[in-house]
Amino acid sequence: MYTAAVFLPLIGSFIAGILTFAGGVANEKTKKKIDRGSQLATVGAMLLAAVAATFAFIDIVVHANTGNVELFTWVSSGTLEFSWALRGDTLALVMLLMVTWISSMIHIYSIGYMSHDKSIPRFMAYLSLFTFFMLMLVTSNNLVQLFFGWEGVGLASYLLIGFWYEKQSACAAAIKAFVVNRVGDFGFVLGIFATFVLFDSISFDTIFGLAEDKSQATMSVFGGDFHALTVICLMLFVGAMGKSAQLGLHTWLPDAMEGPTPVSALIHAATMVTAGVFMVARLSPLFEYSDTALTVVTVVGGSTAIFAATVGCVQNDIKRVIAYSTCSQLGYMFFALGVSAYSAGVFHLVTHAFFKALLFLGAGSVIHAMSDEQDMRNMGGLWRLIPVTYVLMWIGSLALAGVWPFSGFYSKDTILESAWGAGTEVGYYAFWMGIGAAFLTAFYSWRLLIMTFHGESRADEVTLAHVHESPKVMILPLIFLAMGALFVGFLTFDFFVGQHTKSFWGNSLLILDSHPALENAHQSPLWVILLPSVAGVSGITLAYLMYMLAPDLPAALASGFQRTYRFLLNKWYFDELYDRIFVRPCFLLGHGFWKSGDGALIDGVGPDGVASAVRDIARRASALQSGFLYHYAFAMLLGVAALITWFLVARG
Amino acid sequence: MENFPWLSVITFAPLVGVFFILLIRGDEELAAKNARGVGLWTSLITFFVSLGIWINFDNNASGFQFEERVVWVENLGLAYHLGVDGISMFFVILSTLLTVLCIGASWLSIKDRVREYIIAFLVLETLMIGMFSALDLVLFYVFFEGVLIPMFLIIGVWGGPRRNYAAFKFFLYTLAGSVLMLLAILTMILQAGTADITKLLTHDFPVGLQPWLWLAFFASFAVKVPMWPVHTWLPDAHVEAPTAGSVILAGVLLKFGGYGFLRFSLPMFPIASADFTPFVFGLSVIAIIYTSLVALAQEDMKKLIAYSSVAHMGFVTMGTFAANQQGIEGAVIQMLSHGVVSAALFLVVGVIYDRIHSREIDVYGGLIKRMPFYGLIFMIFLLASVGLPGTSGFVGEFLILVGTFKANSWVALLGATGVILGAAYMLYLYRRVVFGSLTKEALMSITDVSYREVAVFAPLLLIVFVMGIYPAPFLDVMQVSVENLVDRYTSALAAHEAHQAVTVLAK
Repeated sequence: MYTAAVFLPLIGSFIAGILTFAGGVANEKTKKKIDRGSQLATVGAMLLAAVAATFAFIDIVVHANTGNVELFTWVSSGTLEFSWALRGDTLALVMLLMVTWISSMIHIYSIGYMSHDKSIPRFMAYLSLFTFFMLMLVTSNNLVQLFFGWEGVGLASYLLIGFWYEKQSACAAAIKAFVVNRVGDFGFVLGIFATFVLFDSISFDTIFGLAEDKSQATMSVFGGDFHALTVICLMLFVGAMGKSAQLGLHTWLPDAMEGPTPVSALIHAATMVTAGVFMVARLSPLFEYSDTALTVVTVVGGSTAIFAATVGCVQNDIKRVIAYSTCSQLGYMFFALGVSAYSAGVFHLVTHAFFKALLFLGAGSVIHAMSDEQDMRNMGGLWRLIPVTYVLMWIGSLALAGVWPFSGFYSKDTILESAWGAGTEVGYYAFWMGIGAAFLTAFYSWRLLIMTFHGESRADEVTLAHVHESPKVMILPLIFLAMGALFVGFLTFDFFVGQHTKSFWGNSLLILDSHPALENAHQSPLWVILLPSVAGVSGITLAYLMYMLAPDLPAALASGFQRTYRFLLNKWYFDELYDRIFVRPCFLLGHGFWKSGDGALIDGVGPDGVASAVRDIARRASALQSGFLYHYAFAMLLGVAALITWFLVARG
Repeated sequence: MENFPWLSVITFAPLVGVFFILLIRGDEELAAKNARGVGLWTSLITFFVSLGIWINFDNNASGFQFEERVVWVENLGLAYHLGVDGISMFFVILSTLLTVLCIGASWLSIKDRVREYIIAFLVLETLMIGMFSALDLVLFYVFFEGVLIPMFLIIGVWGGPRRNYAAFKFFLYTLAGSVLMLLAILTMILQAGTADITKLLTHDFPVGLQPWLWLAFFASFAVKVPMWPVHTWLPDAHVEAPTAGSVILAGVLLKFGGYGFLRFSLPMFPIASADFTPFVFGLSVIAIIYTSLVALAQEDMKKLIAYSSVAHMGFVTMGTFAANQQGIEGAVIQMLSHGVVSAALFLVVGVIYDRIHSREIDVYGGLIKRMPFYGLIFMIFLLASVGLPGTSGFVGEFLILVGTFKANSWVALLGATGVILGAAYMLYLYRRVVFGSLTKEALMSITDVSYREVAVFAPLLLIVFVMGIYPAPFLDVMQVSVENLVDRYTSALAAHEAHQAVTVLAK
């Protein structure tokens, strides 16, 4: 069951991939059939995988059977040995269940959303391929297979962002996503190497077993002796920052919205971007022994939460608002991990997957209705025209803002209470950043709702005439996700973070007794419990005031605080900064090395230089052979004179 | 089959084909057709026979296998001596495989002097196989240098517009390095009294002599690899060479250097190798970063891939001199992988060069619209080149970096930046050539890859995935040989240190 759940999407992807090429040569009618076939194959495989995952979950988590599956050896070189294997513990199975079901929904939704596209099989193939890599990632039993899935989802993300390859901006965004992720992966691989040096293994079972023994070990790397686990965790965390778009390595995520909307929902909200969170949770047995690394995780998470929320408040592209929101929510998950409330982080990961996928797909439904318009300044007043989408977006936003009893309420409150409960300085920092971000989250969510659905319509006649509710095939998955956004938090709270948390997670997460944040969270003071909700409600109120009651106020504010507004609108100028200090210098250096280094210096002095020197000497030598007898006679005479002189001087 | 002279048969089988081609008479068209046929069959048979050494290879045996020895000059210890171990065996097969593909890839693109062209490739094949299986220093040198001649002709006769410059640059560069190696070889024979590589592998050369011998060999191998800063012949040679020439150059000839380090420098001059390791690390890191950046700025597809080759070979030298199990196994895997992947990438360029006759990146754009299958093949090799897990490139780079990290974490850190830059220049290339919109007039009627071209790519695709997902058949073969090499190296160093400690104490 377990193996089937992981590999079925790959099979679906293969079938759709083959159909892609069949579609190229077919006529219009057979092409329709091929499109349909690819949809059936991938959706069918996905649903089967989801069902298999459910059975596997029941078998391994509920009935507590052992679930490790060893496929075959991958690499064996000296003491370095690792296999293709699936790890059967609660964390892997929770992720497996979440990914397969959400991916299935998004597969179904894509049937409707992409119905007008000309390369449907290719899209479905990529989507299933992505799911396969994601499943390899979450089920891996060693660091390298995790990295395999990690890079694989990066590849799928690259292919899907650049799906509309004729658009220059899409191609650029795709490369940016891949390369920025590679910067993170650079840290990741170094972390793997360091792990191997310390533990002589990279299998989870071995390193987790040895972690405690090695908790005081030092390692000499980069010219100094450092606490080994801190070095390892920090390097691995760089990888997590890249994949989960944390502050500094977040720049690719908003650009990734160039891809089709189902992609944004699946990859850039629900699953792939949470891989970093998953990774830290998975490696909790290592992170627990490094307070420094945990501190860094907390600070980065808290800072990202507030940073992305500020930027989200001024964006006008509906998908970009949600993208920044994702970035900010990932920040929450990270600081939960940072205070050792791993289960709270994963809890938020799961609830977030539902309501954020819902929001993205809802936004996709709006975009679909508006004939591919994404700018909220050209929307407004849509609620009468697409009421179902409108209701679903409300549900998503309420969950995102953390309003009781929606899923987000449970997970976000647990996180904030844990941050408070940690009782450390960074914990308090994260707590206040989280409260601030909660306020902003509510604000931009309602800004989005109001700008899109309320007020006067700002769209042109032609677009308005075409606005229509999406077909059932798109609405049904949305309803499924909305159910998740409504009930998942409430239903699973006790297992993820509540009273059954210890027995539910079993050995898959480790929390040392010295890190009691999650336990303290359940005894938080009343104001800590109420504050997130207060922040949320005030955010909603402010958005209502600014965009509903006084619609001129935002523009006035923007012109009044021009500099702040520009700063936020331009995303704190990260892109410009990176362009200046990395991208352009690389091209300049490359060109310089090529022309001056290789061309002028190496070739100039080396082969070309020697060649021209030889030619030069040869020319001079040939000039000596003038053909005049007296030249030769004179030369001979000189020679004779020299010889005589030498004889006289040397002998005399 | 116990006494079957596998290596001699494989080495000289191509020359039988040459003999038949020389017999071909008739008008030019017919002669060309027959020459192609004979060439293809010869190389195919050679390839399948060469698989025999893999099948019959004993993974657990240490030392050389399939040895053949005929005494040549008794008192100088010269002999016709062939044999392979777990390191060299795959290079023999790589050579025989790529020769088949080269002949297949030149089927239509070479129209002049086809007979001579095929002969050049078959002779080249003999020399390459001989080079990898020679166990006598002088024999090795003959094959090593002999390779220059057909390669020089392939670039100089069937090359592009600046072929003369490129051919001479290639020839002189490599020859200049080899002269020093010849001197070193003579010194070694006089010093050790034998040219037998199996004996030299355990001969302890005087510590004072080692640096000189090491440097002399280094001069030759560094040019072949090529290492920075003696790499500038490579982009020119690649650009001017015909597609198949580039394939064999990148696929096999560059491995001569890496193989040389493993066969000679590390085991024969261990003390000097250890002393020069920081120097090699430095050059490798420069090669990786510098040439990756240069690749980013290229406007010519073949030049870009040529520069990426230099960067990838930088990984090889880095892993080799990390001198531990992972580093060296990684280096061998990386060489094999690069042999397949860079060869494939040159073939990928060749496909569109054959159609449009330009290597300029700007001439292309939006090819995927008309060539989806081509786009897929290109993408797979590109991913293998940037070392995506699941492809051959990953296993090599990963093992090399693990090994290097153990030896020196700074070097691994700097080397790993190549992973980022590699992704940047390759994806940037792909975007400009394959993605984008199809607007250029000349490309409107371009056709997708033909069955012949698919047949050329198919074995390479297979290897890329097998080596990436299940590299055990490769790693198992080399394990014992690499262990021997590492043991030899570390024990020599340990002995040297002990000796030094004793002399210090004695004073």
